Amino acid sequence: MTASATVPAIDWFTSGATPALLGRRCGACGTYHFPPTAAWCANPACRSDRLETVELARRGTVWSYTDARYQPPPPYQPPSGEHVPFAIAAVRLEREGLIILGQVASGYGVDDLSVGTTVEVVTEVLERVEGVDRTVWKWRPVAPLGGGGA
Amino acid sequence: MSNGVAVLGVGMHPWGKWGRPFVEYGVAAANAALDDAGVAWQDIDFVVGGETVRNGYAGYVAGSTMARALGWNGARVATCYAACASGASAIEAARTRILAGLSDVALVVGADTTPKGFLAPNSGERWDDPDWLRFKLIGATNPAFFGLYARRRIDAFGASCEDFAAVKAKNSLHGLANPNARYRKAVSAEEVLASPVVADPLRLLDICATSDGAAAVVLASDRVARRHTTRPVTIRSVSTVTPRFPNVALDLPDIATDSAAAVAPPETGFRPSIAAAAYEEAGLGPGDLDVAEVYDLSTALELDWYEDIGLCAPGEAEKLLRDGATSLGGRIPVNPSGGLACFGEAVPAQAIAQVCEITWQLRGQAPGRQVEGAAVGLTINQGLFGHGSCVVVSA
Repeated sequence: MTASATVPAIDWFTSGATPALLGRRCGACGTYHFPPTAAWCANPACRSDRLETVELARRGTVWSYTDARYQPPPPYQPPSGEHVPFAIAAVRLEREGLIILGQVASGYGVDDLSVGTTVEVVTEVLERVEGVDRTVWKWRPVAPLGGGGA
Repeated sequence: MSNGVAVLGVGMHPWGKWGRPFVEYGVAAANAALDDAGVAWQDIDFVVGGETVRNGYAGYVAGSTMARALGWNGARVATCYAACASGASAIEAARTRILAGLSDVALVVGADTTPKGFLAPNSGERWDDPDWLRFKLIGATNPAFFGLYARRRIDAFGASCEDFAAVKAKNSLHGLANPNARYRKAVSAEEVLASPVVADPLRLLDICATSDGAAAVVLASDRVARRHTTRPVTIRSVSTVTPRFPNVALDLPDIATDSAAAVAPPETGFRPSIAAAAYEEAGLGPGDLDVAEVYDLSTALELDWYEDIGLCAPGEAEKLLRDGATSLGGRIPVNPSGGLACFGEAVPAQAIAQVCEITWQLRGQAPGRQVEGAAVGLTINQGLFGHGSCVVVSA
């Protein structure tokens, strides 16, 4: 069962065919939190500790984007061992009122993005540790490749 | 100013990539500031260091490291860390102690020795450290954040890469005659545009380097200052404010913003609120400024600051730049020192260096880059993890 040796690198998202980021929603005021490590509400007028872990919207719109032409320093490790430039997007989730950073899915670059592009959460391999693929969330444009993004 | 604190002395160790212990730079800057002030080290009653996280334990306790290197004199000591804003926090610690009547004359020092290339987080497995996680999970370097902000200017305000390049060209001319600048060479916009892209849309010459360097100031009460000078330069205000919830700008090094689902964002965003607090405390406004030193980590970020300190309305920074208003000889010269474009960043020293430059400008001691008749100046930057940094100084 080597095919099942895939785990999230961090427990901030769900796996499977339709992965979602996990956040925490305040039961008192409705404020969302990401990453889902918040123990109490960040709203200074609330401070409730009744936080519930919830799946965040799978789709959002690009607030801004950039890319990494040079290999970032450790602890970043290129998954294939060799640096391949990748894009990064800051994505706004409307209902949650959050902007969340993530890499853009492999195969997509800045030419496939515009401010306002609709993207959705996917998971890809971050690193392989002792034969186990550890995954991370990424943002993938919803329009197909070559679909007019550039 | 009855409640003023005087900048009695300023000093720097030139920025560069010298590769020597940060303490050497700090001592050189401190001695220069003491000489400039005409104050003996033995008369300093409070020492504040800007912490560096890259130089081991000595860097964590930078205040006492400097005090020891200068020769223990019994002064009270503090060390401040606020990332890029560390210097302003250190100045504020000294200033408030003087204002409280607890100190007469204080020395503030920041110094750093930096590695080549990207600033990186501390090593080890640090799964609860947001700074480590943004590198580990996303590979989001500092320039990546600068790229996100630059792209927003292009999208929201119609800025171009040519505008960004023009900021570098301007600052490179400003710094030509600055003896403390690391890069003293005219750079054309064409050269910027021909340099490789690092973090789209920013190129290598749009992004500041990391440098070694040190800066120091001697601050004194009015009473002490009057013994040394008849025309002291005065700190009118220091703003070290934090954001107000929800902070909906994606600030370094965060992976996500606050949520605006339940509470509407404040009318004034974090960056403009830094300057607003400084103006309010000083009883001055952007119209009173003659000169400003802003934190141009990237060329595009300098344009953001024009708007955040109120030199123009949002979206008008490119026009201000193109009109030459922020060049030497213009209406409100910005970064006459050459800015980070000519210095590179030496984190705990940088906000202090900004105050050194404004002090020289207000004294008329900035040959080759002098803003004629400058009487009021402002410095601004923002440190990781919600640290505002703004100092208003007047002649």
